[in-house]
Amino acid sequence: MKKITITTMFAALLITGACKKDSEFLDVPPKSIIASDVAFTDPALVLSILGDLYNRQVDFSGLDNGWASFADFSESFPSENGSYFFVQRTGWGFGEWGLYDYTYVRDLNLFIERVTASTALTESEKNGFIAEGRFLRANFYFEMVKRMGGVPLITKSLDYDFSGNVSSLQIPRAKESDIYDFVISEAEAIKDLATNTSDKSRASKGAILAMEARAALYAGSIAKYGVTTPVVTLPGGEVGIPASMATGYYNKALTAAKAIIASGTYSLYKQLPDLSDNFANIFLDKGSSESIFVEDFKANAGKTHAFTTNDQPYSISDEGGDAGRLDPSLNLVEAFEKLDNTYAPLATKDELGNPIYYSNQLDIFAGRDARLAGTVLLPNGLFKGKRTDVMAGYQLGNGNIISSSDASQPQDVPGLGRVQVVGQDGPVSGLELRTQTGFYIRKYLDPTVGSGRRGRGSDVNFIRYRYAEVLLNAAEAAAELGDYATASTYINQVRSRAGLTTPLVLTAANYFDRIVHERRVELAFEGHILFDMKRWRIAHIVWDGNPMTASELVTNIGSAKKRNTQPFGLWPYKYYNPGNANSGKWIFKEVKPAPVTGSNRFQMGNYYSQISDDIISRNPKIVKQPNQ
Amino acid sequence: MKIKFHHIIIALLITASGCKKDNYKAPSVTLKGHLTYKGENINVEANQVPFDVYQPGFGKTGSIRGYFDQDGAYSLLLFNGSYKFTMPANQGPFLWKELGGSKRDTLNINLSGPQTLDIEVTPFYMLRNPQFTTAGGKVNATFNIEKVVNDANAKDIEAVTLYIGKTAFVSENGDQNKAKTELAGSAITSMNNIAMSVNIPTLVPTQNYVFARLGIKIAGVEDRIYSPIVKVSF
Repeated sequence: MKKITITTMFAALLITGACKKDSEFLDVPPKSIIASDVAFTDPALVLSILGDLYNRQVDFSGLDNGWASFADFSESFPSENGSYFFVQRTGWGFGEWGLYDYTYVRDLNLFIERVTASTALTESEKNGFIAEGRFLRANFYFEMVKRMGGVPLITKSLDYDFSGNVSSLQIPRAKESDIYDFVISEAEAIKDLATNTSDKSRASKGAILAMEARAALYAGSIAKYGVTTPVVTLPGGEVGIPASMATGYYNKALTAAKAIIASGTYSLYKQLPDLSDNFANIFLDKGSSESIFVEDFKANAGKTHAFTTNDQPYSISDEGGDAGRLDPSLNLVEAFEKLDNTYAPLATKDELGNPIYYSNQLDIFAGRDARLAGTVLLPNGLFKGKRTDVMAGYQLGNGNIISSSDASQPQDVPGLGRVQVVGQDGPVSGLELRTQTGFYIRKYLDPTVGSGRRGRGSDVNFIRYRYAEVLLNAAEAAAELGDYATASTYINQVRSRAGLTTPLVLTAANYFDRIVHERRVELAFEGHILFDMKRWRIAHIVWDGNPMTASELVTNIGSAKKRNTQPFGLWPYKYYNPGNANSGKWIFKEVKPAPVTGSNRFQMGNYYSQISDDIISRNPKIVKQPNQ
Repeated sequence: MKIKFHHIIIALLITASGCKKDNYKAPSVTLKGHLTYKGENINVEANQVPFDVYQPGFGKTGSIRGYFDQDGAYSLLLFNGSYKFTMPANQGPFLWKELGGSKRDTLNINLSGPQTLDIEVTPFYMLRNPQFTTAGGKVNATFNIEKVVNDANAKDIEAVTLYIGKTAFVSENGDQNKAKTELAGSAITSMNNIAMSVNIPTLVPTQNYVFARLGIKIAGVEDRIYSPIVKVSF
């Protein structure tokens, strides 16, 4: 009996223990997720959500996108066996550079809505957060419109009602001008809401205005120059902006740029006496007065990048063979002017065709725009206290060239014995991880000890908007509006910082070439070249798919429409001819590195990146891009 | 591990269980043809002039995208069914019928077996009677140009180019020509008996023939119209 009682009680306990409601049983709050109504009660939690949204911004060239995001368009040569496709292909796929991320847009919309709905935050906290969310959203729409033209403009979170009908979620593409108008009007609406003033990795009034100036300038030039490529338009205006809107956009660009200039918050970086070092330091100095909006990195704290590891000179590498991938091309180097504002090719030969001898490799680059040595690490250039060793071989008096496949393979040079004949840092055609153009990149290259190691990485900032670009935007807008005097004062501020102190006079005849050129050299490797060429509608002329010759390379420098389809190099040879006065000096040759077999061909269908059939299939209201 | 008899049986069973028929057969009905103008092939650059084929009411709404070959040929493997064929806007060196309001004409195709269907279009120009000869390290070409479109849609010739290539693929594409010469449209005074020549560069490895072709760049049109490719020995 006792046994039965115990058994019954035990069974009863077991049964009642299971008597929970099903819904209660399953309804356990997750411990690893913070519900949105909790998250938006605390400014610190909101900030951490915002941090994620900042991290998801997209850059065309970015230090955390990998070195290869800087490597295209014949401005550089990719010295890595797996990356020669950049110089071997004969064009770009229509899908290249596409960006269509509405997951991110939805997260931004939700963020803005939830901050707006929050009751626990103070009014000024809310305004600050909303301004940042709206800035990120506008900036992201700007990134999308640059690549895709008009995209669906979605400014609130969309939810599916499970009715089986999704047509309310299928939003057609807005006009290209509508997206630009959205970016500009958002900027106008939030510029005075932004509370942040000191942190350059977050939205500030300057960043908002800089975005507005650039967006308005892009829209203006698409309106103005779109008429030269009438096939790059869609009848609904999803691609292409009517020419009549150009002046309005240029005025807005100029107004926004002037507002930044007048604020006095930012200035051109002038800290170091050597103008080239000063230019390189813009990108290294985190306190730079020039940067407006940056993507920040921090070493030993989890956010670093491998730009220095990938691109440091081979012989000065912190990481053995990890080096030298991004080699600026001679095409870019030739574009840097002489100090008297004239263009001239680097003098490798005299009028008779005889080589010119230089006692120091750097002499051939003397008297040029200081930005050359600030952007490009020249042969025999200084990095981390050491000089690069760039030498393509010995040139003997009889014209013979003695070269080898690697610096570790010495060769017999008559009179010198068995010696190293090529530099530790290249160039040898097809030898990866050393320069193959004769040049290394200097912009963003971090001289900090250990920055070239894979483990530590570099924490150099990526500057998304900087003051020099604002000045160039102002110069371009003013020039397009016909005010060449004002345009000249803006462009000359940027030029004099680079040592070009003779003022340049912009005129109706020269302003276009001059502004195209100035942006190319000032903003090299900052992710502008593709979008600049696209908005001026000269991409299909500059990258027309025809191979280049060395003689073509050195002529017509400074013309906006100059062909630029294949990257060249400038190879230094040591002249060895005992008894000759020039023995031991350097001569230079323009060389097309052997892996360069393709030539860039930009087709009309490349002006706007393809919207995939998958997207069109899900939303049939999306119209296709033109010429694809 | 020792392989035992039952292991083999298990392996066979697993293999055999994969031997189910697929749900769908692969498409097997050929639709092919050429781009033509009055029965003559229109020559274009390979893989540059696209066309779209839609199968309405079946699967996703996207198009089946294809590209014309050098001699204007196309071919698709499809299922039986009804399709619509169209040319995307601004593609090809020819006019495709417009229906107004940015709508473009489509061609209904009812496929119930292999079918050959030529696509009739109106090119802006045609290259007539191209003749290629070699002499003194040069390829010489003579040809006539016929202006086909003379109405409001007429477009000027921007340039005529003579290409030579090492392989049977010859075009404006940098990979597909070894040398070329260009004659500006403004320099053409008569549309008949136009002569051009191009120097044959050093070919590595050497070969005693090249493939030659002429192309017309029409102002405001991206794709060129070409002549057929001719093998020229020297």
